Amino acid sequence: MNDLVMAAVVVLGIPALLVGYILGIEQLLKVFPERRRSRVRPWLWLLPALTFLVVFLIYPAIGTFVDSFKDRSSDAFVGLANYEYVLTNSSVIGAIKNNILWLILFTALTVGFGLVIAILVDRVRYESTAKSIIFIPLAISFVAAGVIWQTVYAYQPPGQPQTGPLNAIATLFGGDPINFVRNPSTGTYSLIIIGVWMWTGFCMVILSAGLKGISVELLEAARVDGANEWHVFRHIILPLLMPTIAVVATTMVITALKAFDIVYVMTAGLYDTEVLANRMYQELFSFNQFGRAAAIAVVLMLAIVPMMIANVKRFREQEAVR
Amino acid sequence: MSGFGNVGPPVPPVTPGGRPIAQVRKGPLTRIGPPNRGRIGLHLVIVGLMVVWLLPTIGLLVNSFRTRADANASGWWTAIFPPWDFTIENYIQVLDQSGLGDAFVNSLFISIPATIIPVVIASFAAYAFAWMDFPYKNVLFVIVVGLLVIPLQLTLIPILRLFGDLGIAGSFLAVWLAHTGYGLPFALYLMRNYMGGLPKEVFESASIDGASPATAFFRLALPMSVPAIASLAIFQFLFTWNDLLVSLIYIGFNIENQPLTLKVANLVNSLGGNIQLLTAAAFVTMILPLIVFLGLQRYFVRGITGGAVKG
Repeated sequence: MNDLVMAAVVVLGIPALLVGYILGIEQLLKVFPERRRSRVRPWLWLLPALTFLVVFLIYPAIGTFVDSFKDRSSDAFVGLANYEYVLTNSSVIGAIKNNILWLILFTALTVGFGLVIAILVDRVRYESTAKSIIFIPLAISFVAAGVIWQTVYAYQPPGQPQTGPLNAIATLFGGDPINFVRNPSTGTYSLIIIGVWMWTGFCMVILSAGLKGISVELLEAARVDGANEWHVFRHIILPLLMPTIAVVATTMVITALKAFDIVYVMTAGLYDTEVLANRMYQELFSFNQFGRAAAIAVVLMLAIVPMMIANVKRFREQEAVR
Repeated sequence: MSGFGNVGPPVPPVTPGGRPIAQVRKGPLTRIGPPNRGRIGLHLVIVGLMVVWLLPTIGLLVNSFRTRADANASGWWTAIFPPWDFTIENYIQVLDQSGLGDAFVNSLFISIPATIIPVVIASFAAYAFAWMDFPYKNVLFVIVVGLLVIPLQLTLIPILRLFGDLGIAGSFLAVWLAHTGYGLPFALYLMRNYMGGLPKEVFESASIDGASPATAFFRLALPMSVPAIASLAIFQFLFTWNDLLVSLIYIGFNIENQPLTLKVANLVNSLGGNIQLLTAAAFVTMILPLIVFLGLQRYFVRGITGGAVKG
């Protein structure tokens, strides 16, 4: 009962408070002379949003940057010691290598599959059903996806009936069952495949929207001129889709760099599957090394900066067209 | 997505300035011809992909209704043929003994306010960005675009300290505030693109008629932006519902407030061998996102394809 009261207060009370804020502003502004009002008003409308952005993104980002030069409890400055640790410690380097693997494979496979599927389903009548099915995994959590793929990768020792479809197929053809996840040579790849299963639908939807913007007349004209399907794809569709592919690939690179949940749920970073985001969590909560954790976060951010610049550039170009 | 887990906000729009794609093609890129060998191959590939994408989830669903003995003795595909021996015991056990029933309520408690607050706040700010003049407007918005890609990891330590100092670490309030901050750049981006595309004349004539900006906002801008608000709300809801990292850090070991994702992530360790329970637990976390997604897919896709959300 208490919960219900609190739920009502929260769900109705918070919006009421925020709406009241805007209405209150207009009352408050009546105090000001006409010319002042239009100068003050925008800032009051922006105030809640700007406060959140500063408190939850800008201030902590600066704080983490400063912390990365301090010791484990953020008391004294230690110069570049944390960065030296990040760049020389073998487990952190292992995490960086895995991140690079994620970055390359995850991006290539999601964008590649997304593009191929978008082009293929464009030619059939059940396009929307097919797209929905590819897209569904994006709606669920990495935690649920992790459990789903535990059943796919399930492993029983040789000789016992295999409960996972992959190993059942492997043993059906006389092979040995593979412990996909708990094996340093296959672990990271197995986790990347889960990510690909989840994110291909995202790439497909955006690329498909881009594909719908290409006029069919243009392609027909090329076909009439004797171009085969591959040429049409390679020399017309692909160049026209390039800007969209760039947008999608940028997003996938960022997703790959930030990978955390899958690794946390599936292996907790064991079996050589650790990535930077997990390493940071470890430093923070298992080792209480705030300085090192901060340095890892900064390294992660530095890797993302080029994508950030690309996004801002693209945004400016779009605004110029506007 | 969530399914975003910790993936941060989605992409900028595909179309310039978030305007709708000029001409959306209705038909396919090739004329659909009569069936021939090539087209049969095409269908086989597409259906094959659909099956590959669906099977893992079907396996989960089947396993969640099997007994422990069955699930450990044979693959789920053997269970779909008679004689059937399904049970709902797994669901009863995870909802009750494992505490997923309470966690489900916690997830709702986290997600609903964590969706409403940023949507409302972003609407105010987006309206200011779209229809008011103030110095540094463009610079400020470029900063918002930059903030779209900030990894949450960069903010964890200072925010954790801040919540500790305020004494709200482990509370719902902490998670609401954090989700609002993290969700705002995308919310602002989407709303501003949409509101900026609304017809100018409407706001001009409202202003001539003496309507205050607040009136114009509540009577005109907000109702006209319902499609964008719907996309955004679905997005933010799925993002917060599926989130693991934010809850893990800010709720952590406060068991009473743990949402589904956190509970199930812990169960993966404690229930390791009981795949029939784990799969049931996972399905409990999926049921609401699946309903939201399948029911409101149109808005979800519009949100992803950026500002291209015209009526």
